[in-house]
Amino acid sequence: MATFFEQLINGLTIGSFYALVALGYSMVYGVMKLINFAHGDLFALGSYLGYTLLIASSSWVTVHFGLWGGMAIAMLFAFVGIGLAGVLMERIAYRPVYPAGRLSLVVSALGMSIFLQNGIMAIWGSRPQAYPAAVVPSTRFSLLGLPVTTLQVVILLLSFTLMLVIWFIVEKTTFGAAIRATALDRSTATLMGIDVRVVIFFIFALGPALGGIAGVMNGMYYRAISFNMGWTYGLKAFTATILGGIGNIPGAMIGGLLLGLMESLFAGYVSGAWKNVFVFVILIAVLLWRPTGLLGEKTAEKV
Amino acid sequence: MATVLAVKDLVVNYGAVQALKGITVELGEHDIVAVLGANGAGKTTLLKSISRIQPIKGGSIALKGRDLATVPAFQLAGLGIAHVPEGRHVFATLTTEENLNLGAYGVRNMPAGKELEKTKEWIFSLFPILKERRKQLAGTLSGGEQQMLAIGRGLISKPHVLLLDEPSLGLAPIILQEIFRVIRQIHEEEGVSILLVEQNARKALSVARYGYILELGKIAIEGNACDLRNDEGVRAAYLGGSKVTC
Repeated sequence: MATFFEQLINGLTIGSFYALVALGYSMVYGVMKLINFAHGDLFALGSYLGYTLLIASSSWVTVHFGLWGGMAIAMLFAFVGIGLAGVLMERIAYRPVYPAGRLSLVVSALGMSIFLQNGIMAIWGSRPQAYPAAVVPSTRFSLLGLPVTTLQVVILLLSFTLMLVIWFIVEKTTFGAAIRATALDRSTATLMGIDVRVVIFFIFALGPALGGIAGVMNGMYYRAISFNMGWTYGLKAFTATILGGIGNIPGAMIGGLLLGLMESLFAGYVSGAWKNVFVFVILIAVLLWRPTGLLGEKTAEKV
Repeated sequence: MATVLAVKDLVVNYGAVQALKGITVELGEHDIVAVLGANGAGKTTLLKSISRIQPIKGGSIALKGRDLATVPAFQLAGLGIAHVPEGRHVFATLTTEENLNLGAYGVRNMPAGKELEKTKEWIFSLFPILKERRKQLAGTLSGGEQQMLAIGRGLISKPHVLLLDEPSLGLAPIILQEIFRVIRQIHEEEGVSILLVEQNARKALSVARYGYILELGKIAIEGNACDLRNDEGVRAAYLGGSKVTC
């Protein structure tokens, strides 16, 4: 029972990383019909940005603002930094190839992924780095007799809050309706007075920025980070996106959490070494039997 | 009659094909002008060019004397031009009400409060069925209801100029009557100037003051709606040969 609970909490925690990264995939796909393969590498870059800020001048931020303050500042830094990186990426790598069609866009995204991975390696080196123990909150306490860490609780609460905020913006505000309208039909959205460029700017800033926050959380949780971790994480978050239904915001959240849970339970009860295989078997299974994902595509088109 | 919308010598190319070969169309204050013609004549291209979602090759488009060449397309809604596109193009997975709200998106002086609600009530008084359907996804509405929604979505910005593209497309006769009743009503009561693109020439000429007939990207004939209806050639080609008197 204790193992189960431990795997459950662990699964929800990594599931919330997947969910936050999946949200970015889904938002960008929804509006651009582009699978942004560089998205996972932005997540890794976020991890490195937070890491650099925290170890810069021997943990100055943590010394002055405390463990939680340091974590909050690192996340904010990654949020803003990766948001900017996302917008820049759209300008440099995507906007110039829009007229060339979707295939060119995907190739450009793959190129961007390789560029980011190698860029991280060039700056931070090819050996894994570690968030130092001194900057990571590690208080343990018992919840209903079961051991959890405050870090897990904070990660879960923050992720759920972020997901709720995004859901609210997209589903309940007029700007959110404008985003959904742009995703459906750009020229009609323009006729409504929607500036499509603003919508594109917004999704390429917010989507990656969420990944940046998840990157810092991930660094705090696992401590070790490596230049090429974005690839595996990106693929897993992509699996989560497909699992929930691509282009579907609640789907990305549910897909992420579910994937994290399944992966964690599989690692705990079956085999830790085979967990990645298990995740990608799920991807293949979903693509084979339910390519529209669990929540499916919302289709309301009259036939 | 003061000119509200002036299209002058408009040229539009699709690749090597010239879709519009220099056409001039004018719409006055409190006016209804019909643009008629067969498929591929360039009617929809004309409206898209006015809305600036179709790049133009030559000529000019002016709203109340202001050249629109440098105005980005998304700002036109705020300047008082509403475009109800051919084939309705409602946002299928958004609700009826969200679709209506988006119609006012580009209008800065329409805050999401009372003014918008008031205008929405006016739309519901024009098309009562939309009120019943307000929480329903637009894609689940019938074709006629979608057309009503598309028109309502255009009107909610309280435009000076309404560009209506084929409102009769695929509609049952009884719905068609209702749509044209509303077109007449908004013109008479609200003074909206309407540029009406139609294949249903008989219907269009019954509400319009003036008409243009496009053939292969050129204006073949133009004139007062009455004269067009009495013109032998127009009657034979567009009105099924029957006698319509004014």
